[in-house]
Amino acid sequence: MLDVRIEKGLVAEVRSSLPENGATVVDCTGLVVAPALVDLHTHLREPGREDAETIESGSRAGALGGYGALCAMANTTPVADSAAVVEQVFNIGRAVGLVDVFPVGAITVDLEGEKLAEIGEMHASKAQVNFFSDDGKCVQDSGLMRRALEYAKAFDAIIANHAEDRGLAEGGSMNEGEVSGILGIPGVPDEAEELIIARDLALTKLTGSRLHVPHVSTAGSVELIRVAKRAGVRVTAEVTPHHLSLTDTLVASFDPVFKVAPPLRTRADIEVLSAGLADGTIDCVATDHAPHAQEDKEKEFDKAPPGMLGLETALAVLITELVVPGRLTVSELVDRMSTAPARIRGLDGHGGPVAAGAPGTLVVFDLEARWVVEPARLASLSDNTPFAGRELQGKVVHTMLRGKFTVRDGEVVHGQG
Amino acid sequence: MIKHLLSIRDLDADGIERVLQSSQFFRDNMGRKFPTLRLKTVVNFFYEASTRTRTSFELAAKRLSADVLNFAAGGSSVEKGESLKDTAQTIEAMGVDCIIARHSSAGAPNRLAEWVSASVINAGDGMHEHPTQALLDLFTIRRHFPSFEGLRVAIVGDVVHSRVARSDVLGLQTMGADVTICAPPTLLPPGVETWGANVTTELDPLLPELDVCYLLRMQLERQKRGYVPSLREYARIWGLDRRRAALLPERSLIMHPGPMNRGVEIAADVAEFPRSVITDQVTNGIAVRQALLYLMLGGPEAKEEVPDTV
Ligand SMILES: [Zn+2]
Repeated sequence: MLDVRIEKGLVAEVRSSLPENGATVVDCTGLVVAPALVDLHTHLREPGREDAETIESGSRAGALGGYGALCAMANTTPVADSAAVVEQVFNIGRAVGLVDVFPVGAITVDLEGEKLAEIGEMHASKAQVNFFSDDGKCVQDSGLMRRALEYAKAFDAIIANHAEDRGLAEGGSMNEGEVSGILGIPGVPDEAEELIIARDLALTKLTGSRLHVPHVSTAGSVELIRVAKRAGVRVTAEVTPHHLSLTDTLVASFDPVFKVAPPLRTRADIEVLSAGLADGTIDCVATDHAPHAQEDKEKEFDKAPPGMLGLETALAVLITELVVPGRLTVSELVDRMSTAPARIRGLDGHGGPVAAGAPGTLVVFDLEARWVVEPARLASLSDNTPFAGRELQGKVVHTMLRGKFTVRDGEVVHGQG
Repeated sequence: MIKHLLSIRDLDADGIERVLQSSQFFRDNMGRKFPTLRLKTVVNFFYEASTRTRTSFELAAKRLSADVLNFAAGGSSVEKGESLKDTAQTIEAMGVDCIIARHSSAGAPNRLAEWVSASVINAGDGMHEHPTQALLDLFTIRRHFPSFEGLRVAIVGDVVHSRVARSDVLGLQTMGADVTICAPPTLLPPGVETWGANVTTELDPLLPELDVCYLLRMQLERQKRGYVPSLREYARIWGLDRRRAALLPERSLIMHPGPMNRGVEIAADVAEFPRSVITDQVTNGIAVRQALLYLMLGGPEAKEEVPDTV
């Protein structure tokens, strides 16, 4: 195991048992050192729902989860569909300084799916947005989706479309299948996702643009993406820790903490998603961290909003569910959670190998440590973790952003930025 | 006895048998008042209007001398945005022993049971379950057949949206009946093939074999949402009209949870057939709910008045 010496925000030296001669030396004995994690899919709720999460609380959660960069989704109030809002989010993220916050711009004005948002203005802003999504909503109109993909080419930007066919998904609040049939909860069939992914892949081929498929949840979607990649379509995809670990049987508790969009699917889907992540068909893991205030989640299942926390548990869930059973190596884990997402989003300074001259943006984690998820102890302002009470393996010890500790010995270090 | 009745699954065959036996006692003593639940408070917690079910529970509780509160969501704090949890805890603070919950959302009674210390009885939750309906249906069938074992029952109609169907299929199977689900494909639930029932879209071939033909209420708004092209077409293909009713064996019962759409799932005159036990179901509902409240809340002193063995 190696220690890391940091000088002027950069990695100066990586070797075993470094002496502390003035510089910051991170003791990594028995621990894994990796580039800090990158999340392509985070809901920070600011502006608009600061009771559920703020950029600061979400940044703390991110740092504690080992993240150096978070991509903040656009479905805030107001929606991040203009240069003004994306710059505001970017600036607050910088001021907090615990992680780099990269705003995602909306594809359409107010997420209404009717008129393109000012993609070019957002790209030209200080936030340099190159990633656009109406996440939470799906662009239904095929003609509009085509234009979004075409237009984004001018900026080599990526369009990420939350794949959910409106007619098929209508009224559904869990996976459609054996469990929904018994519970009497209207379901969302796999095909609601797969139809839109198939359409978007066709449009991406037509336009030669770049598509990113967020939170892939079904076995059929993995196959569609596999075929498209073989055919040379410029597509990347992500999967969430919860879709890799939890099934729709949990909904039998009727606890809305297990309500998420797309919904938790079946064990068979988990098998295919895990294999797809391991073989690179699914490029990366993204959390879809979606905090909700307690009173919003204490509703009836069908009335509660979808979404789960993810930032502080993602690494441990992946270690527990995939690394420990031998389905993913540690270096593949680091690739899927850091290198690949940074490459997709084009984030310089994130996701590179830990070597002399690299930015000191690192995560140091313990592969063996076990801990029990206690919602009240999470940094997020919300409690809606589906892993409450679960024992997980793998824990973040330190996180560094450009050579400064943001998390040291498992605690957030204040006074950054 | 169980603390909550959220699903008919909460009762095994022995538990159901016990409810049916006690129900027989209360059916035989219909109209008599018992002091069993004196000083107990039962609240009818109805988030969704249902005069029929609410009245049945209210009568059952009153005939056992319980104090009965009626809470309806309409015009209450619920309309002012109070959450289910807050409302439940307010009612709990009034010191009730049993919450009888009717709600338009599946699982709402399960949530209540987590939040309050009172017993919770599911009086129908969304499209999920209606366990006391299943018990009264079982009781109604029991009065006509010596055993459930091998009894051939068809449940016909809008199964996907029916909490009655879910509870009845489970309850009938628990007691050993042979259940067939018959509906247009758009009204069959996902995964229905795993329920252990036979599934068919054709009604006519079933009829000559049946002991019970159970017709579900066609929810009229389903037609607008395109589950069936028209109610007329539905009635023609899946409705129990005079011609179809004639195909049923002499012994078979015609059942319906009510309220009926006459001329849709059941023809007006068929509902009046001697083999139709639809009004008995209503009467039996009171006896079954008395039995359930007695068994769940009665406590040891109740045993002297109403022995388990009756
Ligand atoms: Zn989404």
